[in-house]
Amino acid sequence: MNLDRRDFIKVLSTGVLAAAGAEKALAAEVDRYKRSPEAVGILYDATICVGCKACEIGCKQANNLPVEHSGLDEYHGVQNIWDSAKDTSPNSYIKIKVHKDSSTAKKDQFENGYSFMRTACMHCIDPDCVSVCPTSALIKDPVTGIVSWDIDACCGCRYCQMACPYLIPKFEYDKAFPKIEKCFMCSHRVKDGGIPGCAEFCPTGATLFGKFADILEEAKKRLTLAEGAEYSYPQHTLDSGKQTPKKAAKYIQYVYGEKDGGGTQYIILSAVPFEKLGLPKLPDHSSASKSEGLQHTIYKGMIAPAVVLAGLAVAAYRSTNQEEKEG
Amino acid sequence: MENLQPLGGKIWTKPFKVLTLLAVIGGIFIAKRFIFGIGSVTNLSDGYPWGLWIVFDVVTSTALACGGYAMAMLVYIFNKQEYHPLVRSALVASIFGYTLAGLAIFIDVGRYWQLYNVFIPPYLNVNSVMFEVASCIALYVLIMWIELSPAWFKQRYGKVPGWLNKIMFFIIAIGVLLPTMHQASLGGLMIAMGEKLSPLWQTQFIPALFLITAITLGYAMVVFESIFSANQFGRPVEMKMLSKLSRFIPFLTIAFLVLRFGVIAFNGDLGLIFRFDLAALMFVIETVLFVFPVVILWKPENRQKINNLFRAAVFFVIAGVLYRFDTFIIVFNPGHGYRYFPAFQEIMITVGIIALEIMLYMIFVKRLPIFPQVKHA
Amino acid sequence: MSSYFPDSEMKTESPVSGVSRRDFLKFCTIMTATMGLPAGMVEKVMAAVENPKRPPVIWLHFQECTGCTESLLRATHPTVEHLVLDIISLDYSETLCAAAGHQVEEALHASVEANKGNFILVVEGSIPTADNGIYCKIGGKTAMEILKDIGPKAAACVAIGSCASWGGVQSAYPNPTGATGVSELLKEVPVINLPGCPASPYNILSTILYYLTLKKLPALDGEGRPVFAYGRLIHENCERRPHFDNGRFAEEFGDEGHRQGYCLYKLGCKGPETHANCPSILFGDVGSNAWPVGTGHPCFGCAEKGVGFHKPIHEQAAVYTVAPPATYPDFDEPKGKGIGVGAALVVGAAAGAAVAGGLKFSKVLKESDNSEEKKN
Repeated sequence: MNLDRRDFIKVLSTGVLAAAGAEKALAAEVDRYKRSPEAVGILYDATICVGCKACEIGCKQANNLPVEHSGLDEYHGVQNIWDSAKDTSPNSYIKIKVHKDSSTAKKDQFENGYSFMRTACMHCIDPDCVSVCPTSALIKDPVTGIVSWDIDACCGCRYCQMACPYLIPKFEYDKAFPKIEKCFMCSHRVKDGGIPGCAEFCPTGATLFGKFADILEEAKKRLTLAEGAEYSYPQHTLDSGKQTPKKAAKYIQYVYGEKDGGGTQYIILSAVPFEKLGLPKLPDHSSASKSEGLQHTIYKGMIAPAVVLAGLAVAAYRSTNQEEKEG
Repeated sequence: MENLQPLGGKIWTKPFKVLTLLAVIGGIFIAKRFIFGIGSVTNLSDGYPWGLWIVFDVVTSTALACGGYAMAMLVYIFNKQEYHPLVRSALVASIFGYTLAGLAIFIDVGRYWQLYNVFIPPYLNVNSVMFEVASCIALYVLIMWIELSPAWFKQRYGKVPGWLNKIMFFIIAIGVLLPTMHQASLGGLMIAMGEKLSPLWQTQFIPALFLITAITLGYAMVVFESIFSANQFGRPVEMKMLSKLSRFIPFLTIAFLVLRFGVIAFNGDLGLIFRFDLAALMFVIETVLFVFPVVILWKPENRQKINNLFRAAVFFVIAGVLYRFDTFIIVFNPGHGYRYFPAFQEIMITVGIIALEIMLYMIFVKRLPIFPQVKHA
Repeated sequence: MSSYFPDSEMKTESPVSGVSRRDFLKFCTIMTATMGLPAGMVEKVMAAVENPKRPPVIWLHFQECTGCTESLLRATHPTVEHLVLDIISLDYSETLCAAAGHQVEEALHASVEANKGNFILVVEGSIPTADNGIYCKIGGKTAMEILKDIGPKAAACVAIGSCASWGGVQSAYPNPTGATGVSELLKEVPVINLPGCPASPYNILSTILYYLTLKKLPALDGEGRPVFAYGRLIHENCERRPHFDNGRFAEEFGDEGHRQGYCLYKLGCKGPETHANCPSILFGDVGSNAWPVGTGHPCFGCAEKGVGFHKPIHEQAAVYTVAPPATYPDFDEPKGKGIGVGAALVVGAAAGAAVAGGLKFSKVLKESDNSEEKKN
């Protein structure tokens, strides 16, 4: 019995040691990624979005995506909507959703108001999907920072779906040879100096494409506007020359995506609390940084496993030899 | 070395026929999945991309199959030779748990024809916990078959090749290391899920908690399987060994509970238990289930009764399984209106795989020297 | 129809002189439809129109351009002479009265006294309130005084045009005359607002006929406007809406998109924030497809308080909808599938079997324990 207790304590202390290492690792891996200076991004300003869904059309045209029906029409008691995905899906990289509160009398207010929200890939700085993908099928472009998917690599394990805090990667459950689909910020157009279909089609400038540093600066500038102040909102890109003169709404003093989940390249402004718009409250670091921190600590240079294996081998050698002698 | 021998007897028994039927039904649905896609047989969705197949067939069934690992650790690493007779039957149960988990992964992943990318550069991603889990499980399956091969050699040729005996200690060492790594990592998979999982489960110690419960599940399953197969195959129960072995269950469970509550308290999340929501409810149910085996097996005299051993093992298995289901499905909440309950066909595929597992176990123990010879008094 | 033709002989003349039966029926049908009444109501509308006791109407003009009257005069369904001679009894209207001066003032007051509590008051034009309303005087009295005198004696008041409804062009910044709509000043009787610059003649005809037919006022929205005419945004019924939905916009006047008839939103169309039935019944009865958006000019929101004359013409509209359309997904749209019957059965059966089996097995073991004990 004494012996067992000792073993028990041994096991327990090993666990505590490992845990202490883990705690240290968690701190180490935070803040490990920075945005590339050439990173591109999208600024979505919910206060000037008019919910026209032109971005969805622009996206479908730019990426040759078919229309789809998901039962949204029946659910809302209307019929024959020609395109009715409930959420982003393999055929819809963007979805304009709405938050409604009771009387929905006024746009951009929380109580008795409503606000649109454009759900699409956030293109995280430290994407959980990229970190967890066992086949490196999700790739973050080192220059533009665009997160895209590699058809030749993916094994369809859907860990990216489990890990994504925004539920963005979508899987073709209805296909025998399925793919993961998500917004890749029209990297095929951006590569040639173009802009994403959504930004091209947006009539108000609610979806604004540009260098990340520039759009962040633009977002911060908008936060300084007083409610009702006249402001010329640029359309498509910052330097397109087209503008929408408009009175500023009462912004929530926060740029969603600047730091959330370690930061994103798709940033959002709104007058309605972000958590009401389907955007989770996240810490300032990605979940992936935690799991990687743990992994990297335990398996650093494979030293710890090698040491453990050596110990195990010695122990096993002793017991098997003894066994043979006895046997 | 004690004498192991095949149990012998008819393979094509009545239970076997029922199992065959279940396996065939599962097989038909598996065929359907490969022709019409995963959505045609499951309720999986973009919010719950991992359902019954991953959680039961892979995460839970490998944990239940930790008997081989737990016994090998006990016998070969802590050098408790007295438990040796239990090793091989535990190993056989483990082999099928793991091998069929591999099969389940093949069914579950969408692009199975590219599954090998997990192991080959430039695609493999060492940052992914999944890489660690996949490679460890694949390797461990191989290792276990090597560990079992002496049984086959002995049966076929009457002796085990010398070189195999010589390297066996190293195979055993790897066979202990790998489950330690991947059983912890199965919990580690969840760390990336971040806020989707309640802080009552989502802690930095989730790998340690998964590892401890996996080892304990291993012992509980050895107790359970020994009693059950003894009953089924009309053999005497190795009562002395089992009652000694069963001590580890309360010890490890207490370690688990202390660590779990300690971390939650350290994180300042103990208050979440008193919120009357699903997470709190499941947490309380789990804790009660974990405490049962401790209470039953705490006093040494209680460990002398076979019924107590059986009940404690069953309670621990239920608790350990529920812990895994909670973590991956029940308490896991992607939000955005998603819900999930496995579909009928999805369940039948899992049932089919389990049936196949039991069938193979029955064939093996009847045809290969797995169980110790019954010493007639 | 039999009630109209007791001799069962098809008359080619309507009871209303000078209008063919066919045109009359057509008129009544159009009116019925505009009011949003079911087709079966045509007969009732006809009966109301044909009623020899025509309702007295008094039509006051204040600060305005007479555009509403002018547009009504040009309406052809019916012609205005039909309206004033056969449908209503227009007792006083400065534009249409042949008489003038004291004579007509007298007629006005005579009619007001004679029909006290029965007549319909139509007001065209805003009422200046600054400086005691000295900016608009008729017969030595300010508009405010006239309204205060005559208004409460009416059965109901119709404020025609944007000026009478909410101040119109005169209320544009800095609003020197303090121009105000009728409903702000006249609280004693119900006021129906028919904004528009000018208001659609059909909307006033429909409102009057609704009252005559059903002897009650039409349902009004929060702004006092008949729901049948102002219940929807122009944006909702606009013929260019598919272009909006598909992201096809005219960028400037005369560009390719403009020629193609694309959505005028980016040119400042106020359709998304203006309530009116222009897309359905067009504008001012001037001909096919003739309404601003139809001709290629953005709607400028003449009918909507705070939009027309208040917002810059080419400023982009705030998308003002009473409620955002239902077909945008919510964030918590139910997704995925819950428990099915088959799955429930399997799980239930398996759990039941496991519990039963476990209990039975446990019992067997207990017995063996007991026998062990006895042996020992």
